[in-house]
Amino acid sequence: MLIKVENLHKQFENEGLVTKVLHGLSFDIEEGEFVAIMGPSGSGKSTLMHILGLLDRASEGNYFFAKNNVNEFDDNNLAALRNQKIGFVFQAFNLLPRTTVLDNVKLPLTYSKDKNNLDERAKRVLEDVGLGHRLDYFTNQISGGEKQRVAIARALVNKPSVVFADEPTGNLDSKSGVQIMEILQKLNELGNTIILVTHETYTAEHAKRIIAMCDGLIESDKPVQNRKIAHDGDKLK
Amino acid sequence: MFESIKQSIHTATTALLANKGRSFLTMLGIIIGVGAVILIVALGAGAQSLILAQVESLGSNIVGVLPGNSGKDKPPSSAMGIVITTLTYDDAIALAKPSNVPNITDIVAYSDGNANLEWRRNNYQSSLKGCTVGYLEVEGGELAEGRFFTKNEETNLSRVIVLGHTVKRELFGDSHALGQRIKVQKNSFEVIGVMAERGMVAFQDYDNIALLPIKTMQKRILGVNYVSMIRAKVDLAENTDQVLADMKITLRERHDISDQSGANDDFTVRSAAQALDMITTITDALKYFLAAMAAISLIVGGIGIMNIMLVSVTERTREIGLRKALGANKLNILSQFLIESVTVTMIGGLIGIIGGAILAYLVAIIANYLGYDWVFHVSLFSILLAMAVSMMVGLIFGVFPAYKASRLQPVEALRYE
Repeated sequence: MLIKVENLHKQFENEGLVTKVLHGLSFDIEEGEFVAIMGPSGSGKSTLMHILGLLDRASEGNYFFAKNNVNEFDDNNLAALRNQKIGFVFQAFNLLPRTTVLDNVKLPLTYSKDKNNLDERAKRVLEDVGLGHRLDYFTNQISGGEKQRVAIARALVNKPSVVFADEPTGNLDSKSGVQIMEILQKLNELGNTIILVTHETYTAEHAKRIIAMCDGLIESDKPVQNRKIAHDGDKLK
Repeated sequence: MFESIKQSIHTATTALLANKGRSFLTMLGIIIGVGAVILIVALGAGAQSLILAQVESLGSNIVGVLPGNSGKDKPPSSAMGIVITTLTYDDAIALAKPSNVPNITDIVAYSDGNANLEWRRNNYQSSLKGCTVGYLEVEGGELAEGRFFTKNEETNLSRVIVLGHTVKRELFGDSHALGQRIKVQKNSFEVIGVMAERGMVAFQDYDNIALLPIKTMQKRILGVNYVSMIRAKVDLAENTDQVLADMKITLRERHDISDQSGANDDFTVRSAAQALDMITTITDALKYFLAAMAAISLIVGGIGIMNIMLVSVTERTREIGLRKALGANKLNILSQFLIESVTVTMIGGLIGIIGGAILAYLVAIIANYLGYDWVFHVSLFSILLAMAVSMMVGLIFGVFPAYKASRLQPVEALRYE
């Protein structure tokens, strides 16, 4: 089991004002799954993703990642775990400006222990996402779809256990969006665990399982019946 | 480690190049501070070598007697332009006696002034020195033509004069000077000799003087009885202290001073080495003062660095969040921002070193043009010191912003708009 969550709570405090966002969530995710966490804005799905992605801590409850209780980890341990086991794809791409495509993809490697053949490893994943011809381009010289593919390459470069994709198609035109979903599905077929966060049902239906959230609670958690398979020519609605 | 340092330096330089104007203004404090350090150290070295060369050209075997008392290591009051009348011609005669001061080869007494010299229609304002015949031996000058005045002429108020190289040229041009008569304050003097060109020695232009017998100067020109200075040449350098002691005893006896501590002396005896020490003390004090000002500039520059690094941390909050999400730990972020601030100060330091060296070089050119034997010298030590100091400034003033950056929580940093 890759992820096990028990009675997860999260609340934020701001100047004495307490906002409860997650109200006791429990679920498991196995290795190799493709899960969509779906819900309207304010449902707590991004907060959940931040906790699952070890970017934030739960206020209450247990979270086991690869059988480790992450509550026992300090910030630096969490950073190392993120580096080795987790890849992120963000809605806003979050690429470094004034930096080449290759250097952006190399970035996680510079924080990992194994610093051999950085260039080759980064090149290989860029070729896998079809950007072998853009290595020396700066991030402001490529299209939005290409930026997101760079972000995917960056997420994959350390061969993580799980990739978190937070609204990965949100800032893209429909054609690029399809390409991204196609890549994510292909990665899943190759054995990668993918956790997709989205507010769109259509996008979520590209996953194999949907955890639907509303007001900080799980509304439903079931497999996708008519799974969408993305391929070029389709358009994401 | 190496890869992440390389990455940090790369990140730092791209961030710097992205804001060229801001980066330059940020560095300016460091540039000025480091430039000032380099310049001051170079000027100090140049001035010191100049003074050394000047004193050495005079000869380190010289001892001087000035009228008036002075504290240890302090300049004598007469050096400040105060006229003191306690030293006389007879003092010089007494000091010249081997029974009083055995270890000197010769002695010269001076009576100084300025006067307008006239020859036909030519006028020239020159320094006028009444002196004793020991002048040539003690000061080490040479005659280009003619002769120096004799012991007899020294005392019998003879109206003879020996011209320095510049004075001869200004008054006579290419004309023959020997045997001509020139006017000095209504007195007519016969030119009996012309000195060879000598230049600046111990900050005194030996070519721009006219020499005449001391008694003639005292009675006919100035109307005084005192002498302004006595100089003597010591036979061997190791006898200098003995000579100083002998001179003090002789003068105290002549001036009826029983106190041997020196507190009641009405004269000051100094060797060239002591004078050099004194000058070094003064230039050192000046150097430290200027270095302190440079240090203030570096501190101000450092605060500028800190300010801009804090702005940079805020501007790049999302980037910090991203780096943390990708696995950067606190130390990674801390070192990245420290390397950035050190890069800024090191580049500023380099520019400062180059700028300071160029200025020091210009000063050397100007000083040489003005006739001083000024050596341009930027020491490796001062360069290393400047680099070390700029690095320290980057580290010290970069720590707080870097620490702030390293403490950011990844999720808050990623959410930052």
